[in-house]
This record gives sequence, C-alpha cells and structure tokens, in this order.
Amino acid sequence: MKRIYVKEQWCLGCHLCEYECAYANSGIADMVRALKGKAIHPRVRVEDAGEVHFAVNCRHCTDPVCVQSCISGALTKGEDGIVRIDKQKCVGCLTCVLVCPYGAVLPSPEGHAAMKCQLCTDNTMGEPNCVKHCPNGAIVYEEREAMQ
Amino acid sequence: MKRYPYVILGCSIAAVAAIEGIRSQDKKGDILVVGEEPCRAYGRPLISYYLLGETDLPRMDYRPEKFYEENNVTLRLGMRAERIDPEEKTVTLSDGEKFGYEKLLVATGSRPFDPPMEGIEHVKESFHFMTKADALALDKALSPEKRVLIVGAGLIGLKCFEGIAARVKSVAIVDLADRILPAILDETGAKMVQSALEARGAAFFLSDSVLRFEGNTAHLKSGKTAEFDLLVIAVGVRPNTELIKEAGGEVRRGIAVDECGRTNLPNIFAAGDCAESFDIASGTNRVLALLPNAAFQGRTAGINMAGGKATLKNAVAFNSIGFFGTHVMTAGVYEGEEYCERTERTYKALFTKDGLLKGFILVNLPERAGIYLKLLKERIPLGAVDFEALKTSPAWSAFSPEARAENFAREV
Amino acid sequence: MMQLYIRPDYEVIRNEARCIACRICERQCANEVHSFDPETGLMRSDESKCVNCHRCVSLCPTHALKIVKTDDTYRENANWEAQTIHEVYRQANTGGVLLSSMGNPKPYPVFWDKLLINASQVTNPPIDPLREPMETQLYLGKRTVKAEREENGLLKDTLPPQLKLSVPILFSAMSYGSISYNAHESLARAAEALGTYYNTGEGGLHKDFYKYGKNTIVQVASGRFGVHKEYLETAAAIEIKMGQGAKPGIGGHLPGGKISEDVSKTRMIPQGVDAISPAPHHDIYSIEDLKQLVDSLKEATEYKKPIIVKIAAVHNAAAIASGIARSGADIIAIDGFRGGTGAAPTRIRDNVGIPIEMALAQIDTRLREEGIRDNVSILVGGSVRSSADVVKAIALGADACYIGTAALLALGCHLCRSCHTGKCNWGIATQRPDLVKRLNPDLGYERLVNLVSAWKHEIEEMMGGMGINSLEALRGNRLMLRGIGLTDTELRLLGVRYAGDSL
Repeated sequence: MKRIYVKEQWCLGCHLCEYECAYANSGIADMVRALKGKAIHPRVRVEDAGEVHFAVNCRHCTDPVCVQSCISGALTKGEDGIVRIDKQKCVGCLTCVLVCPYGAVLPSPEGHAAMKCQLCTDNTMGEPNCVKHCPNGAIVYEEREAMQ
Repeated sequence: MKRYPYVILGCSIAAVAAIEGIRSQDKKGDILVVGEEPCRAYGRPLISYYLLGETDLPRMDYRPEKFYEENNVTLRLGMRAERIDPEEKTVTLSDGEKFGYEKLLVATGSRPFDPPMEGIEHVKESFHFMTKADALALDKALSPEKRVLIVGAGLIGLKCFEGIAARVKSVAIVDLADRILPAILDETGAKMVQSALEARGAAFFLSDSVLRFEGNTAHLKSGKTAEFDLLVIAVGVRPNTELIKEAGGEVRRGIAVDECGRTNLPNIFAAGDCAESFDIASGTNRVLALLPNAAFQGRTAGINMAGGKATLKNAVAFNSIGFFGTHVMTAGVYEGEEYCERTERTYKALFTKDGLLKGFILVNLPERAGIYLKLLKERIPLGAVDFEALKTSPAWSAFSPEARAENFAREV
Repeated sequence: MMQLYIRPDYEVIRNEARCIACRICERQCANEVHSFDPETGLMRSDESKCVNCHRCVSLCPTHALKIVKTDDTYRENANWEAQTIHEVYRQANTGGVLLSSMGNPKPYPVFWDKLLINASQVTNPPIDPLREPMETQLYLGKRTVKAEREENGLLKDTLPPQLKLSVPILFSAMSYGSISYNAHESLARAAEALGTYYNTGEGGLHKDFYKYGKNTIVQVASGRFGVHKEYLETAAAIEIKMGQGAKPGIGGHLPGGKISEDVSKTRMIPQGVDAISPAPHHDIYSIEDLKQLVDSLKEATEYKKPIIVKIAAVHNAAAIASGIARSGADIIAIDGFRGGTGAAPTRIRDNVGIPIEMALAQIDTRLREEGIRDNVSILVGGSVRSSADVVKAIALGADACYIGTAALLALGCHLCRSCHTGKCNWGIATQRPDLVKRLNPDLGYERLVNLVSAWKHEIEEMMGGMGINSLEALRGNRLMLRGIGLTDTELRLLGVRYAGDSL
C-alpha cells in the first residue's frame, strides 16, 4: 500500500506539514478561519533536534499494535491497509498512545478520544495534505518494500 | 459428534484475537466459539464508560456483528464448557453436548475474587464490576440517594467509582493497601490520582478492610464504620484454570503456556486472563490480566493453532487509564535507579536498571509515551539512544539515524 | 564615526487578518527578518535585513506576506537616483569596493527584445512539430575535415571529438563553492536526463559527481582550482575560462567562509582561506600562448575531448574569436555582459563588456568572412532568458546557448542578488548546511528538466513556424530575424534588416 515515508535528509523543520494537517482536518474550507488564533493539534509532528528535523506520522503498520491493544475495537486496519480510529467507539483510554512505538497516535485535544493520521482519507483532501505541501520533498507518499 | 478444526472456549478479547490469528493463516477451517456470557465479545473495560454514558451497548461490541459470520465462526453463547478430554480431543458443554476439536484454545478468562467478610451473605445489594451483566445490574440499582461502598481501590474499583460518582449520593472506598492503585502506582502517583478522585467525592479508607457487615453498616478493621446502600466488591480476580487442571494440564497461578501459547497438553492452547505470560520486566511467569495482553496472546495462539509461526516474547504489564481527566500510564516494574519529574499536574518516574528501562509511571503526560514502552519492550540498551534527551521528552531524535531510517523510510 | 542611514529598499507587508502566526517565515529566513512576539502573539518583521528573496512569501501557507518596494523617496533627481546615492553613502560609511551578485541590472538595451522572428505564409509551408520530424539534436566541435580514405577506399574517421546535444541548451559554468552541492547535483542529473551538459565552473568537480562525467564540461581557469588528470579525463569536454561576462578583465574571489571542508577538497586549496582567481592566466599573453594550453589539454586527454575557450564579450571580441578559432580550440564560448555571477565588483558588473547579441553577430560574421566559421562551434551565454532568446541566438549564428540564471531560477532562485552574502535562502548560493538542504536535488533536477523540455517544445514550434526543421538550417539564418526600434548601426552590426523590410 502507499504510505508516507520520511526523507529526513530533506526536512527543513519548517513545520508547514503540521499546519497543513491541522487545516486538512479542520473541516473548514478557509485556512485562515481554520487556524487563526487557535492552537493546532496536527496528526503529523515534526521533531527538531539541532540540525536534525523529521516529521512523524502514523506508519500504518502491517501488524498494528494499536489495533491489537484497543480496548473498544475503535481502531481497525482496513482492507486498504489504513489504520483508522472510530471516534464514536473510542472512549479515550489512550492505550493506543501508550503502545505506539512511533509516538504517532496522539491524545485528541478535546479529550475522550485519540487521534491519528488517516492519510487524509477522512477529510476532503483526497491525498495526504502534508506530503502535498512539503516544500522540499521530505515526506513522500508512495509504495515501498519492507526491509528484509 | 461434530469435530471442528478449531474450538475456542471463551468469547472475549483473546478469542477474537485468536480468530483473527487463525484467519491470517487458514481462511476456511470452521471455528467454534463457546462463550459463557450470552453476548458477543465486548470491551470489558468499557463498562465504566457505559455507566458514565460515554458509550452504549452497541458501541461496546469489540467487533461488528458480521465479523463472526465473515470469519465462519459458529457461536455457542450462554454456554459453559464442563470438561476437556485431551485423549479423544473433545469438549463437553454444560448442556451435555460434545464437540471434537483438532486445536483447542482455552480463553476462559477470570472471575472476581471475594475475600472472606463476615455477614456478606446478608448484604442485599452486592455487586461485582467485571462484566456487562454486572454493569447493567449496577446501572439499575444506582440512584442519587444511594450510598455506595467499594471494596478495593484497584483499577476495577476506581473505574467503577468514576462510572457512578455523579449518579449516587456518596462513595466510600476501602483498600487494604496504604495507597490506591497499589499494583501500578508508587506513592507520589497514587496521591495525585487520589486527590483527583477525592475532588469528585471519593472517601478513602486505606490500610483498612471490612471485618463484617451489619445491615447497612460496614465495620472496618480500623474501628471506623461506613454506611452504604450498595456494595461493590472489586478486590481482584482469579483465573479460570479448572478445565485445564482437571484435564491434567500444568497450572501455576494461571495456565502455563510457552511463548507460542501452547499448554503442556497436546493441541491445547491457552490465552488471556486465564493464562500466564513471561513478563520481561520482572523476569517471571505471571498472569498479566490486561486487555492488550489477552489480544497479543490470543493472536499468537491462533496463528500457531493454524500452523503458522508466532511467538510472544515481549509481554509486559502496562496500563493506560484515566480518572476524570487525570491520566495515568504505567508499565513494567519499579526497580533500579529512578528518574523523576514533578509538576503540580504531572508526574514522571522512569526506572532503569542494568542499562535498560524497566518501568515507568506517567501522570498526565501521555504524549508519545509509546516510545518509552518501545524501549522497555524491546529491551533497547540505553547506551544506544540519547537517554538524557529521552528522559525529558520521548522522541525519535534520540535514536540513531539508522534506527530512524529503518522505522520511517520503509514499510513497518 | 556616524553612519549615514540607508533606508531599506523593501518593506515587508503582513496582512494581519491572514497571518496565523505559524512562524514558518521566521524559521525559513536566514536573514532573521521575522520574529514572533510572545506578548502580543503577533509576528514582527525587521525589513532592514530583508533582501527580498521571497522565501517567506513563497512558503507562507495563508499568503499573508508580500514584499513591496519602499515608497520612501529622496528629492527626485534623474541624475542622482536613490540607488546611486545609496552607493555613495555605503562607500562613505565603509571605504569599500561595492560587491554585487547576478547579472547587470542596469537598463541597457536588450537586443533579444528588439529582434522579431519570421514565420512562413503561403509561399513556403510551416511545419507542425507534433506531426513531422523536427531535429533539435546537434553536435558541437570542429567540422573542417578533409575526406581521407583507407587503401581499400573506406573513409577514415578523422572527425575531431564532438559533443552531442539533444537540445541546443547547456547549463553554464557555476562553480562548486559559489553554488551548493545540491545545486550541482541538480544540474548534473538534469544534464544527464536531458542529453546535454552542465559546466563545473572553476571550482573543480566533487568526487560524487564523477559519475555524471559524460554530461560534464570541466573548466580550467586562471586559479586552476581542482584541475588534475582524473578531472580532465572524467569530463566530456574541457573549457578554458579566459573571462566571464559579468566581470570581464578581473579575476574571481570566493570568500574563505564559503571554503568548507568539501569545497576545499574539491578545489584542492586550504579550508577557510579566500580562493583568488587571478585576472589573467599567467601563462597566456597571446593567442600562441593560448594554443599551448589548448594543445597541452588535448595532449593530456589523448585528443579525445573537445576544448572550449570561453571569453567575455568585450569590444574586440570578434578579433579575439578569430584568434581562438585558429588556436586549435573546438568551441568558442562567449559570455555577454548581462551574465550572472556569485560575486563581482558592482562597477565592473554594471559598466564593463558588451551585450552578447552584438558580440555573437560580430563574431559569426567575422569567422564567416575569414572562412573559419567551421573551425569552431559557437556557444553563447550571458542572459539567455527564454526559448525565443535561444532561437534568436541561433539565427544570429550561435550553435547552442548556455543558460545560468534561468537554470538557477528554475531551482528556486528569486534573483535577490545577494549570493555574495552566502545566506541564500533557497539553498543555491550557499555552503551553510542548513540552507543547502533546502534544495532537494530530486525536486531541483525535475524542475530543470521541466524548464528545458518546455523550451525545447517552444523552439520546435518557432522553427516549425519558420518552415525550418533542423537547427542546422536555422544557424546563422539572419533572414529569419528582423529588427525593431534599432538604429542603422545596430542593424548593421547585428546583420539584420528592419521589420517590414521585405526581400
């Protein structure tokens, strides 16, 4: 399946992906209205450590430990390989946050639920908005083989 | 007598995970699931959220209804397995019916444990808090004028408190230990959660226990008394191991299994709260009665039952649980050198020993906690990462570029 | 001493209604123009540091930023314009020679824009390049060969070495040091993908890029930086740099700050020390001397590689070119005075040299008159800005064009002309690792390929319109051009008729 991959070498730490993610998932058509004066809670997070920068979002693991650990059955891995969270079923225990080795499942700001990257299949963007707007090709959305 | 390729005793998390494990290897072979509760699998920890009104019965289903049909699973619900005959590879149910199996999974879970308390048999409204039926019964009994006594300040007792706090007049909680959540929190963490619970009206009687009940009064060991209308017993659970024991299988605290989920009886596997795991943090075989662990065990057993190869090598105790917005994450054992960070709202304790992370407690610090759990579960030598940086904030930048490339630049 | 205040040329205009304070402008500005004020939660800008590179404008997700020219003004004076006054102030403040980057910005005539291209009507048919073959492939090198035969009558291969191009466009010399590793990688990969060449400039060739050798022209300049046997052997052709359009008659000066460890290794000079290219080649004082260098480079590479001699377009360019054509060189490269540079003294850049159009027309004419045009191919550069410029250059007599500034624009350059500060926000003219990484060659090379492919299509369209189906038939075909707004002298020098002047 197509997944988001990180090309750490090219990440500038500009954090644009975080804003594009927050916008994509805001449900508001106008970016200014969606983000102005608000703290953002993106599903992709950029780590900055000196000269090293890279974006982290859900890896959509082949064998997702978050799905196995979910106490409510809210997390599922679909036929398309995308790990999704059903906010209606989620009770916000955050077990998924505790088990995700990537730190890619996040507590959602409103509490009561966790949130994660769903490759923009749950909004109107059609393709991952972070990848689309990365100014330097530091995250890509493509098919890759697992390393043996 | 029908003979099934796969029979699963129990219809909860381990059973569902086993079905998924089996189906990852064998798309066809019939699966029979025998469940004692009269319903399909649901998330048991959700019962407190049910009382809170944050979920409802349909949403509590662990898998959609079609899951069983799609996976060619025959359900026999409201039925107990009475006997296993490992020689002729059969299971006898409570109604006398007998089934054959090729591979059997015992996922019978656990049951509440009632400590001896004098006069308990005369308490009219006494509940456990483990199953959907328990929750529904309690739900019916709750009313704003009722006083509740919860025996046990562990995860079950306190989640029960969260579920009912706003719906009753008062709640008193008694526990033998000197702090709440003694199994998962240290003193500092316990105090923080305790004050959050007290702010919602919990009255704690710690280092105390019920000696006897007299009408609506509980007489405590300390000499104090607690008046109540409803009693909830949440002291602990005992694994359901009898079927295996009687069939001649090895049972310690729980059913003994290897890392593939096999018992010492041929073709019989066990998973979930009735079975033990090898806990890598303590280095001992223990019953890790935790939902995710049941899923890991069930899945591992299922794959092996269907002829695949899977092992569970990194079992460890961990919990993620919230009480009125105070969120607690814990894992492992609290041994060795301790690193602490404390603010008014948050608390972090990391325990390291022999160059490994052995355990941690995080209060209101959920963000990216999985990175700590990774260190613990994968026994990553702390020398291989920038642990000084990790102490203050869990991040992948503390790992080597090679580790990052392996995890972020390829399929995982 | 009190410094005379020089007001900033630009103002940063932030539309507060649109700004979401994401601070991307702040993170991306190497000049530290933008900052976040935690007290008000608003962004601030210090325009005195702004070079108008548009990095912030480009990356602002809500398009809240624009940079405008300040409308602050001195008392109007057509002789003493603001820029002129500023330069005096700056020199009075510092006592220094003024430094500038990129090409001559002064409003000299651009003759490309005064030349019009012909099209076929009725008497000869235009060609549709989508339906009919259109040859944009060409060879660069010496063409004069006598047919010699083996005893059995077979033709001997006596053709001197040639460069094969699939488009009449090459990337001009830009050294590693003046531009970044990633810029070089982008150019090298694009040249390979396009079937053309890029030019190392005088800074040597990084080991990593030897693999692009068959698409690489290596330069030998007065500083002889990074020149060694393997360097010469790796290349497809060798260019002797006698001069550069942006700064004819002077040498080069790469500040020590840009001599990183990698650059120092590549150039074979100490790290952190200024790299000085002398104004002359100290071994060349005549065409005869030049011939010696041409010959020794040929000898060193076993006569397998064409030798290019590059000069700046200066007053006597035609006579010099005639000498070069007789020196044994295979290709002459001429660089016009609007050509770019990483750094040049402002006065030189703005006042020395002549336009490429004039130099080209004169050189082509002179070589034809002397019957030696086929001794050499002619490459021109120094502000070739579009496919139309390429077509006009070929019609004036060029074989192919070098593009430098246009290639950098494709890589993201916004012509802020601050290359000499080493703080290029687009990762092009810098050696600072955090800035260099802003140019991802995966994207950079694709943009270059896009640009040249687009130009190729346009060149085919224009050629088709003229009823010409090969570059060979366009080269030196000045009847395909007409001048507009030109004086008789200009027309004469360009060798074209005035618009409307029918045959």
